Amino acid sequence: MTPTFFGRIQTRIVMILTVGVLATLVITPFIPMDRAPGVSHLDALPESYAITYSALAIVLVLGVVLWEPLYHFLQQFRWEKDWPALFGLLTGINEGILTYYVLMWIGPKPTDVGIPVSGFIIDFAFVWLAIFVFVNGPMRVVTLRWRFRGGRLL
Amino acid sequence: MRAMSDKTIHVDSFDARRYTDEVALGDLTDELISTDVWTDQMLAARGIPVVDVPLVTVGGGIGSFVLADYLRIAGMPTSSIAVLSVLDRPWQTYQYLTQVSQIPAGERLRSDSASTPGNIWGFPSYAFREAATEKTLAPIWNVLTEPILCDYWTPKAGQVFAELQREADRIGWWRMVVNGQVRMTRRRAEGGYFTILTTSEGRGRSRRIAYRSTYVHLAVGYPGLRFLPDLQKYRQKYQDYARVVNAYEPHEQVYEELRRRPGTVVVRGGGIVASRVLQRLVDDRDNHGAQTDIVHLFRTYYDKAHGPNIFMRRKGGNGWAYQGFNWPKSAWGGQVRASLESLEGADRKAVYDVLGGTNTPHRKLWIRQLKRGRREGWYRTVVGTVTEVRPTDDGRVMTMIRGSEGPDFEQQSDFIIDATGLEADIREHRVMADLLDHSGAGRNPLGRLDVERTFEVRGTRSASGRMYASGSATLGGYFAGVDTFLGLQYAALHIADDLARTGFCNRIGTRASIRHWWKWMRNESI
Repeated sequence: MTPTFFGRIQTRIVMILTVGVLATLVITPFIPMDRAPGVSHLDALPESYAITYSALAIVLVLGVVLWEPLYHFLQQFRWEKDWPALFGLLTGINEGILTYYVLMWIGPKPTDVGIPVSGFIIDFAFVWLAIFVFVNGPMRVVTLRWRFRGGRLL
Repeated sequence: MRAMSDKTIHVDSFDARRYTDEVALGDLTDELISTDVWTDQMLAARGIPVVDVPLVTVGGGIGSFVLADYLRIAGMPTSSIAVLSVLDRPWQTYQYLTQVSQIPAGERLRSDSASTPGNIWGFPSYAFREAATEKTLAPIWNVLTEPILCDYWTPKAGQVFAELQREADRIGWWRMVVNGQVRMTRRRAEGGYFTILTTSEGRGRSRRIAYRSTYVHLAVGYPGLRFLPDLQKYRQKYQDYARVVNAYEPHEQVYEELRRRPGTVVVRGGGIVASRVLQRLVDDRDNHGAQTDIVHLFRTYYDKAHGPNIFMRRKGGNGWAYQGFNWPKSAWGGQVRASLESLEGADRKAVYDVLGGTNTPHRKLWIRQLKRGRREGWYRTVVGTVTEVRPTDDGRVMTMIRGSEGPDFEQQSDFIIDATGLEADIREHRVMADLLDHSGAGRNPLGRLDVERTFEVRGTRSASGRMYASGSATLGGYFAGVDTFLGLQYAALHIADDLARTGFCNRIGTRASIRHWWKWMRNESI
């Protein structure tokens, strides 16, 4: 990808609100949980969704205020002013870790409803990959001009 | 030739008997040639038949093809587009140039996986398609990890040609093509343009036809090759076209002779073509036992990363400047594109100067080959500016070089291959020269055709008519990557969007894009 700063911000917001929201909707029921006896997976679903959508919101906010400005700064050291696909994939690691800690800090805490770290990782990785795959291909079909505008949609 | 039905051809005051009796009738006159803006009456008086079509694209190469692809997808019928061309296939010139510059169909181009001139979306990319047809994940792994863990993945030339053939069939390309040589495009007093096409009628007879259109698109490709001045002088003075060759002209005889007997060859240039020529020479050593000594002459030698500051530093080494593609990647849609788009005149030229300069992609094969050559003593680099080239008494060529960091020196060789790939001035192309002289077109800061951000040729508007240009001729404008597959698509999309604003075609929105993409996937004709 060859994003501009505003292209990064716009793409992040739109991707999280579309693909991110959908992917979270799909994956949350399948997250492994440490259930208390007598509590079914289904019963805990509202709390689970609260967790996973909070995580998504944190990715959005941290992305806009912290990560994208940082990535854009780092991009300036690249002659091509590009952001290779691998970076787009691997930045999921730092973002995932920080998102987890912020979630544990401001709540709702995943552990409170029985979502273990592995459950969080599965949720986060699934949503991250869904956005990654979409941005690196189908996005160009949905918005023909997006790739020529540094990721800007407006 | 495209069927010229009674519906589309208007022959004003055209008298067939007079046309055959008087040779001059039906041809251009000095008066017409010297008149900037033509009227319908002027052509009628000359008996030049007029064909009406809303849009004419001149060239018929990949530039014309890509625009036609967008316009067809934007809902234009084939009857609204006339492609005036001497080519049988849109990729003909490109194929010729890649072949002589050592990229046969099975070799890889220097083009991104998502730069797909036969697919306006760049999806699925070439890498994915190759992965599917060859049942391997290697191309996908490559595009996922490039350019960090590996060099850029690039498509084989043959894959691009096959895609173009498929898309040409799908969009009805062949129905839009009219074979002939375009002589000129002139503004029409009543609005729009006349484009004069010279067609062959067989038995050595030709005929002029005027295409009357509201819109004209020029995609005429390279105006021509330009030889290095010292080599040009040598060839003219000594009439030797065998020992001093340009990499973009057929020069197979050089490789053949070097396979037959040991020899020395001077390769000039630091771009991709030089890399290709060197690969060919080394491959011939490895596979055919050639005993070729290679002297590689750089005018500018890069031994490390270079650039004005830490934020603008391009990789380099062993003489080369390394860059994946013709321009930094963001020139097609990122930061470089955004910055160029906002700059005018000298400021724009300054950015071109920093970003330009000859460069070649970093490829492990080439780096290994040349490293081996240096070690074994059959490849060496020299740096300097050539002052003169002359023949020696024993039938070789001598290059006199002014060393950039040392004394002057001479280099004898059996052949010189010029891989500098200089392009001629746009005026070398007759249609361009006519445009500059008669239609109000001007030059941009790099001396080429001045176009707007929409790729409309500045100064040529004719009432509601608009003239556009894309490709190499427009280098130096608000967009740098004009002479590339993706650049042609960028230009075509901007032209199509501009035409949509005039109401000529539909703007390709999300729904149309998805619908047509699905048709593309199913190879459904449109």
